[in-house]
Amino acid sequence: MSNPMFEMRLYLLQRLTAILMLPMVIGHLATILYATRSELTAASILERTQSSPWLVVFYTAFVVLVSIHAPLGLRKIMGEWLRFSPKLANRISVLLCLGFLGLGLRGVWALTGAAMP
Amino acid sequence: MTGFRINLSYLAFMLHRCSGLALVCFLPFHFLVLGLGLEDAAALDEMLVFTQQPLVKFGEWVLVVLFSLHLLLGLRVLVMEWAPWPHQGGLRSGWVILAGLIALALGWLFLDGVIS
Amino acid sequence: MPHLTVRIWRGADEGEYQSFSVPMRENQTVLDVVSEVQRSQDQSLSYRFACRVGVCGSCAMMVNGKPRWTCRTHIRSLKSGVVTIAPLRNMPRIKDLVTDMSGFIDKWGKAGNVFESERDRRDAPVAVDPSSPRRKAADAAIECINCGVCHAACDVVSWNDSYLGPAALNRAWSLVNDERHSRKKETMAAAMGDGGCGNCHSQGNCMAACPIGLSPTRSIAGLKKMSLMSLLGGSDV
Repeated sequence: MSNPMFEMRLYLLQRLTAILMLPMVIGHLATILYATRSELTAASILERTQSSPWLVVFYTAFVVLVSIHAPLGLRKIMGEWLRFSPKLANRISVLLCLGFLGLGLRGVWALTGAAMP
Repeated sequence: MTGFRINLSYLAFMLHRCSGLALVCFLPFHFLVLGLGLEDAAALDEMLVFTQQPLVKFGEWVLVVLFSLHLLLGLRVLVMEWAPWPHQGGLRSGWVILAGLIALALGWLFLDGVIS
Repeated sequence: MPHLTVRIWRGADEGEYQSFSVPMRENQTVLDVVSEVQRSQDQSLSYRFACRVGVCGSCAMMVNGKPRWTCRTHIRSLKSGVVTIAPLRNMPRIKDLVTDMSGFIDKWGKAGNVFESERDRRDAPVAVDPSSPRRKAADAAIECINCGVCHAACDVVSWNDSYLGPAALNRAWSLVNDERHSRKKETMAAAMGDGGCGNCHSQGNCMAACPIGLSPTRSIAGLKKMSLMSLLGGSDV
């Protein structure tokens, strides 16, 4: 790595995304527990999710954060358990990040798109 | 886990890493299912019927427990790294057991909601 | 007299366990057993020791899979009729129970762990307040005698060749908290480098294994916090 603090910066990014996601994970857990107690059909879900622009903001931010946080964790596993070279682990992590971002934002759009003005 | 690895902090590391790994494997499927709503609601409905099967519900329960566990063990890591240590041996081992119990309690809340 | 079965690693990285039968005695450490085998059964057995009383730290080996000071490990406390003794983990093996510790020592150097002072003998000694938080932090870490037990216990060391390890980082922590040390920036830069403190997963193996109850995990957590402060543009070291 050209930057001697590269590893440390990623470590910091991992912790910062974790802190930001703490309230979000609690919110998502609450949503899950609420959802099990309510009607689960496409129509009813879409009705609930499309009623609030705040859900768009919440879940967009959640997808962005998890798309950073998860590949950083996988990067460590690839290095430590699979013994991938740093270069390979970095490349795969970037691809995973982009993949999660694409799929995740598409999912958020599918559920809440109509809530956007 | 043999010899020197028998300590709650190591168990916490393993649970944290493996729960994270399991969650990240589930993530793309979760996103894809949400994306179904984009094409047509019927496909999402079909998927929702599929998730009513007991085995799928069991899988969801596992995910809820792992999700809670990953959150709580992550919180422990953050506190260990950034808050002052109470004393020399302060690995906050009790938190590991507490995290497990809270995760199971949340899993029970999930099951309770599914069954009722 | 009842006998004890001892399985001792013979060879280098390639090798195998050899079994010996040793008389069981009232008071007997693992080091006593290794010495007895070497003196009365196989003089070609190689192992390291010096003080025999838990001061020097040179007799560390894997005893039943756990890194320990063999001189401070009583056979009785193992509660096992078979004792397996191997060279320390995470280090290349030279012969039998002797490891090549140069990689471990080199990591101490890489962690910027040489004390340097800008003062010389003409200057008055620095007045260090023993009750200051920084001195207390340094004191908590300073008793390390470099035996390598925590390095052998750490899984991250075995998974990541560049990781400096608990002993080297614990030493770095005592130095960055030493107000007389003049190269704190260099020490901190190494602790924040690719093999530095961010690699530690707080598994706690080092703490569980340390024969004198030190807490490298805590020292590394201190380094992590200091690194973040410095990366976020906060306090200088």
